[in-house]
Amino acid sequence: MKNLNKKQKKVFIRILVSLGLLAAILLLTKLVQLPQWLEAVLYLVPYLVIGYDILIKAGKGIKNRQPFDECFLMAVATVGAMALGEYLEGAAVMLFYQIGELFQSVAIGRSRRSISELMDIRPDYANIMGEDGQLEQVDPDEVEVGTVIYVQPGEKLPIDGVVVEGASTLDTAALTGESVPRDAAVGDEVISGCINLTGLLKVRTTKEFGESTASKILDMVENASSRKSRQEDFISRFARIYTPAVCYSALALAILPPLVRLVLGLGADWSTWIYRALTFLVISCPCALVISIPLGFFAGIGGASSAGVLVKGSNYLEALSKVGLIAFDKTGTVTQGVFEVVGVHHSPLADEELLEIAALAESYSHHPISQSLRRAVGHELDTARVSDVEEIPGKGVIAKVDGKTVAVGNGKLMSMLAVAATPCGHGGTVVHVAIDERYMGHILIADMLKPGSEQAMTELKALGIRRRVMLTGDARSAAEETAKALGIDDFYCELLPQDKVTKVEELLGEKQGRETLAFVGDGINDAPVLSRADVGIAMGALGSDAAIEAADVVLMDDDPRKVAKAVRIARKCLRIVYENIVFAIGVKLLCLLLGAVGIANMWVAIFADVGVMVLAVLNAIRALNVKRL
Amino acid sequence: MKKSYKIEVDCANCANKMEQAANATPGVKSAVVNFMTLKMSVEFEEGADPKAVMPLVLANCRKVEDDCEIFF
Repeated sequence: MKNLNKKQKKVFIRILVSLGLLAAILLLTKLVQLPQWLEAVLYLVPYLVIGYDILIKAGKGIKNRQPFDECFLMAVATVGAMALGEYLEGAAVMLFYQIGELFQSVAIGRSRRSISELMDIRPDYANIMGEDGQLEQVDPDEVEVGTVIYVQPGEKLPIDGVVVEGASTLDTAALTGESVPRDAAVGDEVISGCINLTGLLKVRTTKEFGESTASKILDMVENASSRKSRQEDFISRFARIYTPAVCYSALALAILPPLVRLVLGLGADWSTWIYRALTFLVISCPCALVISIPLGFFAGIGGASSAGVLVKGSNYLEALSKVGLIAFDKTGTVTQGVFEVVGVHHSPLADEELLEIAALAESYSHHPISQSLRRAVGHELDTARVSDVEEIPGKGVIAKVDGKTVAVGNGKLMSMLAVAATPCGHGGTVVHVAIDERYMGHILIADMLKPGSEQAMTELKALGIRRRVMLTGDARSAAEETAKALGIDDFYCELLPQDKVTKVEELLGEKQGRETLAFVGDGINDAPVLSRADVGIAMGALGSDAAIEAADVVLMDDDPRKVAKAVRIARKCLRIVYENIVFAIGVKLLCLLLGAVGIANMWVAIFADVGVMVLAVLNAIRALNVKRL
Repeated sequence: MKKSYKIEVDCANCANKMEQAANATPGVKSAVVNFMTLKMSVEFEEGADPKAVMPLVLANCRKVEDDCEIFF
């Protein structure tokens, strides 16, 4: 009761009142024999209590020449039933119609609310330091770029920015669906929508509120379903022809059979056929059909966003459910995009020793390779051991480490020093090491697979996705190795960005039937490919505006397993939508059939109508639950 | 030009009817009503002034669904 709004409460009270009145009148007529006119007047009271607004709307519908207005149809059906002497039935049909409408409005209100709760990332205020040295709460819209805002534990980060003071952990669950908190320290970029968990953070804003991640995401989700799916279009077209068709058949049912009977000399039996026609009018209301389909998609989109998968429209949810071919970008999508030492080969020294010597020689360089080496060593380097560093551009470094001459670099450096280097059979960047002009083996640095990539591919295969391919600009050896490790169907390497578009177009030509092609990228440099595919999926979108703009589906974190999850969410949603279409249309047609031959009366019709709607709405809301997918 | 407006309407089919009515309004290139988010996004024809078109859209919508509202 407390969840109802004012309008709904009023209807609820009217339902209770007319229900009570109907029961009382029913009891009274069972106990005493009333004259028919009195019975009619008595039943008119609950009928008007529950149906006066429908009758008024019906009047307006006539004025506006809208003959297929639902209120008008309900009014005709119930007034007709009353005129035929079925007083209880007329009143009860109106009552159940109103119960159904109330249920529908409550259910929709609830799902609207629960979806906005799932997306509870809208920041209400920002704290800034006031002139009096006290924290002041201000509208985040008014905070200018470059302002330092204070985020206390338990508060939502309102605006994107960089931490200038403090350290804390951030809960990104509302954004990514993942409950593992992230650390934030001075210098880290932090994004709006996260909840600050432990310590006070001072953040210098880098964007305006409207341009911040939380605002962008909310905007996207709220405007998501302006793009409608085929199913939604189908059902609104169907509704457009369904109601008139049923009404005309009702008219035919009221007139034709009696005329035929008259011709055959059987007696017209007008009241029976008119009653059946009125039953048709009760069934003609298309609301159960019309509501459950968009509600299903809405719940599906809402459920997906709670799992960190943002879908820009129900049409993309539909396309996602039919993915038959999927193309992945390599770097940053299936791999981490961070180069790590993956092996030390052909070295007479211990791996750690060689790594440390190489790292020391490279310790004055800022090249990504030297950073990878330093990370692999794992402890602070004693740079006092290094002297006489000489960088040889495009080749490597020669330096003295512990008094020995150490050369660290590529094959060219080795040939320059006339050292016989052993080539590496693996893909990646090879760093050769020579000490005192003696070859000491090489270190392999490569982009590491993401921990979930392999599982993602297996899951996608299990989902029946026919072809999983990888597109990359990398050299064949590196691409081949990654492809093998992932167990995907095919890969295309050494592609320039524009070649990726061509490749995706080729793949689009391989589609069979209704299947779609998805492209998964990290949103960097692949915007044209994202928009060319049927479904462009961008991952790791936290903080990347370009990806949010270009993609149709946005994964908030960079876990490739989310792709499989997104497909499962989409399939569940579409299954529910189809169930509802078949169920609602099926029951309506069945009732029409039974009504025409006189088996289903008006009671059955209204129960079927309201019941179908309730079940369809409850079924649609199921799409919201995606936890276990 | 494309603009999005908040609307108020009670039933899904009424929302569909509003969409049809809005699409039939002169000056509107295409209109989409989203019942779940209660939003109407309207793409106006070139040169059409939203301020002049929207009252007509509302009037047309009122004809098909008496108690609807568009906030513009």
